[in-house]
Amino acid sequence: MPTREWIAVGFVATILAVVLPVLNALPAESPFHVSNFTLNLFGKFLAYAILALGLDLLWGYAGVLSLGHGVFFGLGAYAMGMHLMLEIGARGVYQSALPDFMVWNQVTELPLFWKPFRSSLFTLLAVVAVPGLFGWLFGFLAFRSRVRGVYFAIITQALALSAWLVFNRNELNLGGTNGLADFKTIFGFPLNQAATQRGLYVVTALTLTASYLLCRWITRSRAGKLLVAIRDSETRVLFCGYAPENYKLFVFVVSAILAGVAGALYAPQVGIITPAKIGVLPSIEMVVWVAAGGRGTLVGAIVGAVSVNWLQSWLTRSYPDVWLLFLGALFMGVVLFFPDGLVGAVNRLVERVRTLFGLSRPAAVHADARGGISR
Amino acid sequence: MRRLVLACVIAWLAAPAAGHAQLRPPPSDAAISRALADLTTEDADRREAAVTLLGKTGDPKWLGFLGALRDGGVYAWKSGGPGKTVPQVVVGGAKSTRGDREFIEIQSPYELTPLGAVAVKDLVEVSADRRLRLTIKPFLDADETRAQLSDRDPAVRRGAALKLGNQAQATGAILIQEALRTEQNGWVRHDLAEALALIQIAHGDPAARSAAVRSLGELHAWNALPVLRQLAAHAAASRDEREAAVTAIRKIERWSFLTDSIETIFQGLSLASILLLMALGLAIVFGLMGVINMAHGELMALGAYATFVVQNWFRATWPETFDAYFLVALPVSFLVAAAVGLALERGVIRFLYGRPLETLLLTWGASLIIQQGLRLWFGAANVDVSSPRWLSGGVPVMVGLQLPLNRIFIIGLATVCVAGMYWLLFRTDAGLRIRAVTQNRGMSACLGVRAGRVDAMTFALGAGLAGLAGAALTQVGNVGPSLGQNYIVDSFMVVVTGGVGKLAGTILAAVGIGGLNKGIEPALGAVFAKVVILVAVILFLQRRPAGLFANRGRNADT
Repeated sequence: MPTREWIAVGFVATILAVVLPVLNALPAESPFHVSNFTLNLFGKFLAYAILALGLDLLWGYAGVLSLGHGVFFGLGAYAMGMHLMLEIGARGVYQSALPDFMVWNQVTELPLFWKPFRSSLFTLLAVVAVPGLFGWLFGFLAFRSRVRGVYFAIITQALALSAWLVFNRNELNLGGTNGLADFKTIFGFPLNQAATQRGLYVVTALTLTASYLLCRWITRSRAGKLLVAIRDSETRVLFCGYAPENYKLFVFVVSAILAGVAGALYAPQVGIITPAKIGVLPSIEMVVWVAAGGRGTLVGAIVGAVSVNWLQSWLTRSYPDVWLLFLGALFMGVVLFFPDGLVGAVNRLVERVRTLFGLSRPAAVHADARGGISR
Repeated sequence: MRRLVLACVIAWLAAPAAGHAQLRPPPSDAAISRALADLTTEDADRREAAVTLLGKTGDPKWLGFLGALRDGGVYAWKSGGPGKTVPQVVVGGAKSTRGDREFIEIQSPYELTPLGAVAVKDLVEVSADRRLRLTIKPFLDADETRAQLSDRDPAVRRGAALKLGNQAQATGAILIQEALRTEQNGWVRHDLAEALALIQIAHGDPAARSAAVRSLGELHAWNALPVLRQLAAHAAASRDEREAAVTAIRKIERWSFLTDSIETIFQGLSLASILLLMALGLAIVFGLMGVINMAHGELMALGAYATFVVQNWFRATWPETFDAYFLVALPVSFLVAAAVGLALERGVIRFLYGRPLETLLLTWGASLIIQQGLRLWFGAANVDVSSPRWLSGGVPVMVGLQLPLNRIFIIGLATVCVAGMYWLLFRTDAGLRIRAVTQNRGMSACLGVRAGRVDAMTFALGAGLAGLAGAALTQVGNVGPSLGQNYIVDSFMVVVTGGVGKLAGTILAAVGIGGLNKGIEPALGAVFAKVVILVAVILFLQRRPAGLFANRGRNADT
């Protein structure tokens, strides 16, 4: 990585992970104070950005469109949520060692699959392993039988629908429609304190930075080159003697793990995880973050996740009816007019300005994300 | 009274064809005037006997009089004329006030001849206490049931027979006997016989009971199961009766297993038709353009709302021909959805040719806009679409099995659509062009087929089929802005399983998924049935990655 890029990454990471929390810690009267609410909101956005990175890796680079990443996000969030539920202990409404919803559902004993989540270490492991293993199984079956393109998108959407239906059931002992909520502490730190939230935010920002570096490393590696080749012509890669399904499976598992980690960071910061985060609509919304930011550029995924969600939180508060219309228009507008997203549009603008002042660099500077996904 | 009626039934059982009801002699005039006089007395037994006498005449005019008595409209007129010592019984009518005095128009009890207005102070209401009302009720009920038994609608007649069987009152036997004499409809006759047997079990002697139990077994009377079970376990019943009951129960249960199986198959077929109606449009567009239209569900919702609008329009403009609205709604919903589909294709989708994943996202965006638009325009709540009369109710097919007309209609509509599609694709020039572009777009274009136009028309056709499916769905489910979402993923699965560009694959996949869904739903519940189907489809794609009937060719990318 060239030094300039290191500096840029370090700069942004410092702003996100150090400056913002410091501003938050300032007294409330200070003009530079960042409110707890804003910081918390940003924590949520950055968690989403981690997921968007994985999705971009999968879609923008390998050309595999998944409409079911909400499931992996949900698996990570539920894994973390289960641990947080058990940490509540007897401080719940019913003063029972069991989570409250189990008391309502007249479950008398902690189900077996809940028990290991008492351990924090196991939980941290599960956050990575559960989405990873599930992604591996699903991806293995799908890619082995060469399910690709639209077929894969449809199958993953059906996965999202099925998972949503299943997580809504009370028999699963995961809280049904109401999901998991009312967390009190995380690894012993009380969640209602600003310091804990700040700490969670910093962890999220650092995880995002690490994820970015990981994804960047993957895309610049030999495997990353192959991913792009698979996107552009899978058959040719196959005929060159590679096994594209292995590369696709690898990147699918990585993106599933990133989604799971994002979910695990999301749950304690937002304080609730419900099946509504798993379904068809949230899963496809995640795709539009990447599309709006600019797929095939890792920065685009981060920019897209943060900006679209920022817009959403503003629009749903001010004009609730308009949000879905706007989201629909965003889908259509990005696909029709900005196929390389916000980052691509900015790049083109910069390029034009450079040409105008005669500073143009040689052509073909930025990769054309548009040419990628075609039959 | 009970004993008397019981005696009637026993007499009837001994001579079933004797026509008991008609042989009953009408009471004499003297008996009637004595009964009317008794009504004004304080003696409860005599009043009850009087009501029974009047009720037994079965004369609609006397029954009307009893109705008036129950509702407190019968009076005793003290000054019934000069020289009369006994007060005259009259029926009161409209009240009026002249000065400070209130008057009531009165009529004679049977003929209802007007007797003029009489001051209220000269009248004493013949009060119907609880006991008297209870005595009156069976007569009026029997009258109502008799009217139902001669209703023009067989469903009403069957309902009345069912009611008589459930009540199992001895009085019902007479009504059933009467009805059986004139009844032509086999289903109603069946229900009447069933009701008669139930009454015999409740009121007959042991021999008659055993015979009735056997006949219930022959009739496959599902409704009689609780009674039969009770009888089979009843200590006081004779051995013969108990054995007959056990045999009958076994017979009925075997029959109901048969009807249940047929019903499940029918439900599977009906779900398959719904899936097929939805998947048909999706599949031809997918085959032709490689595009999965995510807005397909919303085009269905548009069709459903078009039906709703046409319905309201008919209700407001031609209420007398309201039932015909659905015939108009079908083409209208087709056209509305087709127009929107055409606009979508010409407006945006054609710019994305060859980029199926982008098209998928684009159509998803369009679906969000249409859905939210419907929500803002018609409200988020479900709207009410009522079935036309010729689509409500069911067709009795065999004893204990009635197939709902709306489902039959959907199966029929799906069949017609498939047949029409085959005709279009394989018997017309337009179909030839569609097939040509599906097989090789570039070559067709070279040979002079205007591929863009074929795309637009096919997309409009697929959208129109979605609209038609939406109109059909109004007859079986709720109509709301998210109507499309409930079925859409299932129909995607049908398309994916069926494979590209082959109608037979779509049909087979729809029948398979619909049948599998309804087949495992009773065991696992709706949610897990869906999950099982997803797993089944994924495993199926392991064997056949391009669906049931893949196009064979040398292109490595398909």
